[in-house]
Amino acid sequence: MSVYRINCIVCKIEKMHELSIATSILKTAEREVENSGGHAVKEITLSVGKLAGVEIDSLKFIWGACMKHTVLEKAEIVLLEPKGKAVCMECGTVFALEKLYDSCPKCGSYFKEIMSGKELKINKLIIM
Amino acid sequence: MCTTCGCGGDGNGVVIKKMGTDEHVHYHSDGTQTVHSHKHGHAHPHEKNHEHSPVHEINLEQDILHKNQLTAERNRGFFEALNILCVNLVSSPGSGKTTLLERTVTDLKGKVEIAVIEGDQQTSNDAERINKTGVPAIQINTGKGCHLDSEMVSKSLRLLNPKPNSLLLIENVGNLVCPAMFDLGEKIRAVIVSVTEGEDKPLKYPDMFHSSQVCIISKTDLLPHLKFDLESLKNNALKVNPNLQFFEVSAESGQGMGDWYKFLTNKIG
Ligand SMILES: Nc1nc2c(ncn2[C@@H]2O[C@H](COP(=O)(O)OP(=O)(O)O)[C@@H](O)[C@H]2O)c(=O)[nH]1
Ligand SMILES: [Mg+2]
Ligand SMILES: [Zn+2]
Ligand SMILES: [Zn+2]
Ligand SMILES: [Zn+2]
Ligand SMILES: [Zn+2]
Repeated sequence: MSVYRINCIVCKIEKMHELSIATSILKTAEREVENSGGHAVKEITLSVGKLAGVEIDSLKFIWGACMKHTVLEKAEIVLLEPKGKAVCMECGTVFALEKLYDSCPKCGSYFKEIMSGKELKINKLIIM
Repeated sequence: MCTTCGCGGDGNGVVIKKMGTDEHVHYHSDGTQTVHSHKHGHAHPHEKNHEHSPVHEINLEQDILHKNQLTAERNRGFFEALNILCVNLVSSPGSGKTTLLERTVTDLKGKVEIAVIEGDQQTSNDAERINKTGVPAIQINTGKGCHLDSEMVSKSLRLLNPKPNSLLLIENVGNLVCPAMFDLGEKIRAVIVSVTEGEDKPLKYPDMFHSSQVCIISKTDLLPHLKFDLESLKNNALKVNPNLQFFEVSAESGQGMGDWYKFLTNKIG
């Protein structure tokens, strides 16, 4: 049996999936800053959909702790939070989806396709 | 800085913006916030002595978990090429993932080639349990990480070297939240919920039930001793994901395990 150990090298914060999100963002930002020959990110636009499963408060908390001395330290964050929207697969009604288990308000079906709210994206970086 | 409100001057503030409006909130480092409405960027008037340094605007439009997704797709391609059925088992701690794995590898040994990847924050107990059955097992200790990711699986595959036409069972870290977001490249995500948990578990952790194809209801041998409403659990799970396929099993008594084995072996073909 082999043991393959992964240590958290970033920080001691426990809310790790928001930390994974934050470190993924940081890695992308570092790469883009380097590619563009700049030195830091001035503004970053993120989309975190209401149904994306990311707690904005946790992400903000981690951001404060993790982004010190990085290209994102001084970045202004523009955070878009697209609301949940789905289309009913039975009757075609488009409706607001607050929870993943909401049913179609017209026919009551739970079969639906999610149109928005699951976004987890870096939309834009302004690099200086 | 924002000339309309004079806030965010140190450039450190978080701004939260509502979709489809100009309304937004500035979060300041001192914990206060300002809500107001105007366009950001350069739509506002310039303040005095406002120097423009050269800026690059990059319209990235990239998934934050893009890298995990790429590696997951690579893993998936590897599995498909070798006809390896990869199953990602997810649940709360204690729902019975390891016990189900032990029973599965013991009962299927000799019929199907099996390999196991065990995820746990600290210990190697689970992989040791599997290793005792004689099936190759890898332990991934995630430390503080509360989920496996596709890179960890990719690295483990090199150590594990799974055979063609085999079954790869992955026990994720016991956690119903984070593993939902990280595709490992599996064909089947199976969420396990035991009859000792609440019937409303699917509604409390909808992301996990939404992203799974299979729901295994475990420890059914305990049903006679409990006031557990199996139908209510299933109904809740179906509200989140009407396509879920259920298995009701007891790894203790073996009840219902036959259907689960049939499902796995049929998929390998
Ligand atoms: N009665 C009963 N107990 C079970 C069953 N499966 C697991 N358990 C018990 O539940 C506990 C947690 O099981 P384990 O497999 O370690 O859960 P894991 O944390 O999801 O890997 C252990 O004490 C098991 O003996 C089952 O089918 N029936
Ligand atoms: Mg376990
Ligand atoms: Zn987490
Ligand atoms: Zn409908
Ligand atoms: Zn403003
Ligand atoms: Zn300007």
